[in-house]
Amino acid sequence: MSKTTMQQELKERLDYDELMNCMRCGFCLPSCPTYTQTDLNEPASPRGRIALMKGVVDGLIEPDEDFEKQLNLCLGCRACEPVCPSGVKYGHLLEEARDVLAQRKKYSLPVKVLRRVVFDELFPKKDRMRRLNGLIWAYQKSGLQGVTQKTGVLKVISRNLAEMESILPDIPSPKQMKNRPIEVRANGEVKKKVAFFSGCLMDTMFMKTNDASIELLQLAGCDVWIPETQNCCGALHAHSGEKEQAKRLAKRNIEAFEMEGVDYIISNAGGCGALLVEYDHLLKDEPEWKERSRKFVEKMKDISEVLVELEFHKKDLSLLPQTITYQDSCHLRNVMGTSGAPRQLLKAIKGVTYKEMKGADQCCGSAGVYNLVQQDMSMQILDDKMRHAKETEAQTIVTANPGCLLQMKLGVKRKGLDHKVKAVHIVDVLLEAVH
Amino acid sequence: MLDSNVKELLIGIVGEGNVNDSSESRLAYSYDATPNFQSLPDAVVMPNSTEEVRKILKVCNDCQIPVVPRGSGTNLCAGTCPTEGGVVLVFNKMNRILEIDEENLTVTVQPGTITQEMIKAVEEKGLFYPPDPSSMKISTIGGNLNENSGGLRGLKYGVTRDYVLGIQVVLPNGNVFRTGGKLAKDVAGYDLTRLFVGSEGTLGVITEATLKLVPMPETKKTMLAIYDDIDAAAKTVSKIIANKVIPATLEFLDHPTLEVVEDFAKIGLPTYAEAVLLIEQDGALEVVERDMEKIMRICEEEHAISVDVAKSDEEAAALCTARRSALSALARMKPTTILEDATVPRSKVAQMVKAVNEIAGKYDVKICTFGHAGDGNLHPTCMTDVRDKDELKRVEKAFEEIFAKAIELGGTITGEHGVGEMKSPYLEWKLGREGIEAMRGLKAAFDPNGIMNPGKMFAKDSRKRVVVGV
Repeated sequence: MSKTTMQQELKERLDYDELMNCMRCGFCLPSCPTYTQTDLNEPASPRGRIALMKGVVDGLIEPDEDFEKQLNLCLGCRACEPVCPSGVKYGHLLEEARDVLAQRKKYSLPVKVLRRVVFDELFPKKDRMRRLNGLIWAYQKSGLQGVTQKTGVLKVISRNLAEMESILPDIPSPKQMKNRPIEVRANGEVKKKVAFFSGCLMDTMFMKTNDASIELLQLAGCDVWIPETQNCCGALHAHSGEKEQAKRLAKRNIEAFEMEGVDYIISNAGGCGALLVEYDHLLKDEPEWKERSRKFVEKMKDISEVLVELEFHKKDLSLLPQTITYQDSCHLRNVMGTSGAPRQLLKAIKGVTYKEMKGADQCCGSAGVYNLVQQDMSMQILDDKMRHAKETEAQTIVTANPGCLLQMKLGVKRKGLDHKVKAVHIVDVLLEAVH
Repeated sequence: MLDSNVKELLIGIVGEGNVNDSSESRLAYSYDATPNFQSLPDAVVMPNSTEEVRKILKVCNDCQIPVVPRGSGTNLCAGTCPTEGGVVLVFNKMNRILEIDEENLTVTVQPGTITQEMIKAVEEKGLFYPPDPSSMKISTIGGNLNENSGGLRGLKYGVTRDYVLGIQVVLPNGNVFRTGGKLAKDVAGYDLTRLFVGSEGTLGVITEATLKLVPMPETKKTMLAIYDDIDAAAKTVSKIIANKVIPATLEFLDHPTLEVVEDFAKIGLPTYAEAVLLIEQDGALEVVERDMEKIMRICEEEHAISVDVAKSDEEAAALCTARRSALSALARMKPTTILEDATVPRSKVAQMVKAVNEIAGKYDVKICTFGHAGDGNLHPTCMTDVRDKDELKRVEKAFEEIFAKAIELGGTITGEHGVGEMKSPYLEWKLGREGIEAMRGLKAAFDPNGIMNPGKMFAKDSRKRVVVGV
């Protein structure tokens, strides 16, 4: 695709009013991890990136390689949005621009095939996700993992891949992954009726965390439905320039959750929740989905919010004496607006000294697949994060999203702290505390 | 584009990675926070030291290339928009706090230091740097000095200028010198420190500054007075000062500003009010309590609906943070927000507020007003759309009339944002032809080739003075 047609397409797709809405006050700058990490380089800031997009649309510059690189360097953490007094929806602009670039990009054949497999054949299809996780399970159980780690074969391919592989959780067996609950009843009085969004990665690799979530909801007084026909939220697609596929997945999810008498739809992963809660925006160009997506979005909540609403923090919660710190999930905080509830829950546990980490509201560098495709920046950010985590002297780092969780594990390992610090999902901590 | 020989020379000075002329970089340094101004520089250069700045200026002076020193680009007068191209000097590599001197109560910094980071560092030592522009989380000290920035605490503590003890300056000819020092008194020669502070980068480049600190005030109290009549709020301002109370902060927000700020900050501001005053006093506890009582009484006498003192430091901080977001929050309403900072003697605030509203009505434009009422420094802000050419003309007329009115009341066209390119056509209204001539003479003495931030301060054509009709 020539530069002029790319420019034309960006012109058509980017919301010009939104571009104009940025009045360039710069209030976003201190919140941006890449701006800070690049010694305050303006093009690597939200204000800079919006100006670049507007510059292309206005025809002041061409959408060249630098432009694309700069958009790719963005974590998409959206920390710039809550601090923007003008209320610019940076995330939407970025997503649209990335979609144009990705659709027009000439990938090499292997990459093209890999993208098709991952985006079209793997994540959208539950059984295939299970099968892949089944393979990892076999790999872990067969002793092959030990051999791989000892020989360091993965390190030859990619240092990060090798590190990532070593921090994967214990995968449930294929049989366990297949027998998922569909409906469970509240323990005692029914206070709310909720539907649970189980996700693709969360329902396979992190199945235990999903089980814990469902159990917590029961303990808090919820009847829980887990619709069988739901699928991947589509966040990975939306953020990687595969918007059409994301829309298809969104529609299937909206259909799956259209049931009467449900108070909330609950997610336990900030990354999924943030897209789910913006399905109305994702489908904004399809009028027939307007009402249906609005209803869906209205019911979306993170599990921590619902637990606080149902006064779970007033239950008898206790753990062995330890210091805990919490790393925000960017999308949970910046898009879903949830940051107080997880902290409130953790502080309510007896025996726990809660210590806030400096910059807990800043991205950990995981950001979807960012830590695989932008290794240098991701690790730079992670090392900073671990320095702050270490300052709290916490034995437990709690997160609320699988990507962040893996990244925290990776960080702990990189720092050589694996023997004294663990990283866990908040629901796993809470379940342990209530037992 | 930069001549390749010049580029080589610059790379020789600062190193390859610190000269950037990619379209990405040029675009990202083509603007500041001023609406409707954008112009691409030829290159962005990031010096590491005063010596490097000296060499860069020499090259640019010899080749007659414009030089625009830039902090974080948050100014509101098109002061760092490279409207004549050239080199944008960025100081992100010169951002160190060099010394905090607790015996002389000074701090010495490089120009790229972020204002808030310096404030935090001195506060850790129990010291206080009062100038607090709304952009202080982002702005640099270099930017503050060049714009002579004000802030919320200006009423009692003054502005940036009042805290600069000495600077190091590089002139276009490559001469480097220091002014002032860690001195409470110094009358050796002309006061070049004061000349350079607020010079908007048009004379030379400030590469170091020694700033005055004061002891941290013992305590602070914050209150919000709510009015259902905008005039009553404005009158309160003059009355507080007339009663010989000088609060640290005395801010004014009108109804539409309150609404947008609340929409962003969500801290429970009284959006039903026609206007509020945000008032802060600091100092010794008994003095603060006595002053706050006195202020509260005056507010009530002037028919405030209610007057509430913030219950905690967090609540007080939230109020001030919300106030600082006012301008950007107004951008929610319309695509373009054009703001001014006409300033009048404190006793004339009520008259000015009234005039702004009448002028807005006359030209059928939407103007919200907030600002440092205690300083007589208002920020009438117009919500418009640069694409609406017809409305834009009316906005310009309205602002011209606001300027004229301010001057008529004994005020000025800009209290703290600077002249830059945006207000340069009106500078003559304030100074007269002779005043401009004197300033041009100064400029020529320091920068005979006119390479320093050209196009700023002095307009090619001055506007014809309008006759005030209200």
